[in-house]
Amino acid sequence: MNENFNYKMELTDEQAAILHGAKGETMAKVMQTLVLYGDAFGAEKMVPVTSKMGHLVTSFGLGVMKPVHEMMDQLIKGGALSGQKFSVDPKPLDPKVPANFLQNFVFKKFMYSVQDAYDQQLQKLGLIGDDAYTCTCYMDEVGNKPQQGDILSWAESSAVVYANSVLGARCNRNSGIIELFGSIVGYVPYFGLLTDEGRKATWIVEVKTTKKPEAQILGSAIGMKVMEDVPFIKGLDQWLGTELDGDTTAYLKDFGAATASNGAVGLYHIENLTPEAKEQGAALIAENAQTYVIDDAELERVYKSYPVMWSDQSAKPKLCFVGCPHLSLAQLIEWTKNVSEGLKASGLKKVSVPTVFTAAPGVIEQFEKTEYAAQLSATGVILSYICPLMYMNNPLSKKMPVITNSNKLRTYTTARYYTSDEICSIITKEVK
Amino acid sequence: MKQFKGRPVVAGECKAPALVSHGGFNTLASFQGALQFGDLPIIGKKYQQTECDDQNNKDLFGKPMLNKALCLPQTIGSTTGGMILFCAKAMGKCPACLLFSEHIDSLAAAGAAISAVWTDSPMPVVDCLGQEFLDTVKDGDTITVSADGTVTIE
Repeated sequence: MNENFNYKMELTDEQAAILHGAKGETMAKVMQTLVLYGDAFGAEKMVPVTSKMGHLVTSFGLGVMKPVHEMMDQLIKGGALSGQKFSVDPKPLDPKVPANFLQNFVFKKFMYSVQDAYDQQLQKLGLIGDDAYTCTCYMDEVGNKPQQGDILSWAESSAVVYANSVLGARCNRNSGIIELFGSIVGYVPYFGLLTDEGRKATWIVEVKTTKKPEAQILGSAIGMKVMEDVPFIKGLDQWLGTELDGDTTAYLKDFGAATASNGAVGLYHIENLTPEAKEQGAALIAENAQTYVIDDAELERVYKSYPVMWSDQSAKPKLCFVGCPHLSLAQLIEWTKNVSEGLKASGLKKVSVPTVFTAAPGVIEQFEKTEYAAQLSATGVILSYICPLMYMNNPLSKKMPVITNSNKLRTYTTARYYTSDEICSIITKEVK
Repeated sequence: MKQFKGRPVVAGECKAPALVSHGGFNTLASFQGALQFGDLPIIGKKYQQTECDDQNNKDLFGKPMLNKALCLPQTIGSTTGGMILFCAKAMGKCPACLLFSEHIDSLAAAGAAISAVWTDSPMPVVDCLGQEFLDTVKDGDTITVSADGTVTIE
């Protein structure tokens, strides 16, 4: 422990004791990290984590991320285990997803060479179970759904923005490791999106489109404009309604993921729709908030601005990913219907591009019980729990012409973005 | 020579050439190539100096970040960001220091805190240097960072 550790925030006797080693050296380092993190934001205190479960972003056993694995070992040996069970982001590998011999070799021997060992570390630290690997832990089928007002120690940008905005929970955009530390100690520094002041909107976004905006492009536009700020979005309720039903929450899941990955949004309010906007209305808007108007032309400008990273810009797609973030059960059913109808219209039996739909293990389990499972299987689409981003993050996959309707996947990989309608059209017609 | 006074988030001293990102710095996208493949034969060759892998960052894409004074507004993107910064630091693939024109964001702050507590040699991090700092500093300028958060551009 660093005896000279200086800090500014006020700690309770219990917290100070932990910081000074009452629960061992490892736990002291965990607390020091959280205190230093909070001090950077002028946090005056630590507050208890009140959610039932946590969520971690780091699901991948990358061999080269040795420092993280060594730290996990230190935590386990030092008895610094999570005080709450947690879910974790999707697994990076699934044998069902197409990969050639070389890709499989690189994935298993070089990249995710310590996946099994890392999975065991997660279990020792407090993983809910083998089916808890998904970025959409808040789905009913998964069961890690916080209550409004709960204080969370989560990471995964798309899950954090969803929990804050759609569920009304309170969580900062924590980084990997920090979120685990909060779950271990049971406290998080009180600043930013945990506070009423930090949840006020400093941007007003006026949606003035002539049709329902594509969630992934609207989110991208807002993320790139407001960066880490909180936007209050007007005019979207005319397209989404005023109730958080299955279709709307799925839309907001995809919208939020784009705001968080194309920018750094951790919370948005949608007038007449999201919980705090419904309760507080315009009182959520801070003084001197800036305004951003989004119309059809602005969305088109943003869409056209995305660079295409394929070496051959006119290459035929070799793989398609739909489901980053993981699809909801309702989305899986809708995609099944749309793909089936598209194939019927073009006289094809199977999709023309190898296509992978991704969803949480619990969602897949429920989907498999529906009549649509056989229908989807007949189209040739593969259903997987994989993380498309992890699949794409290597030089071999980078060279593949992959298409997606995910703006998050586009941002972090060489995958080419198309709208959902365009994707459906591409995979259900002969590829020329 | 021009001096700017910021807030030392992690106090420290260093001298290094500047590397400037005028837009948000996407930590995962920027470091992923160097961390994953930097040590591999053939494909790791292009990441020997921690070349920035973020195709959306027109200022930095393809430029070496190793031992540079990275000047940026804030970091953006995936919440793996802080963990990625910690790995870059622990693996010796990081910039010499991080100099933020704005208040540090939560992901970078996490990376700074984790690195400070869990590695042997903290990486100096200064924030709140102001927009003028980012407008003034250019790639290759010599940057000197003092423990009190003073940043000198030469």
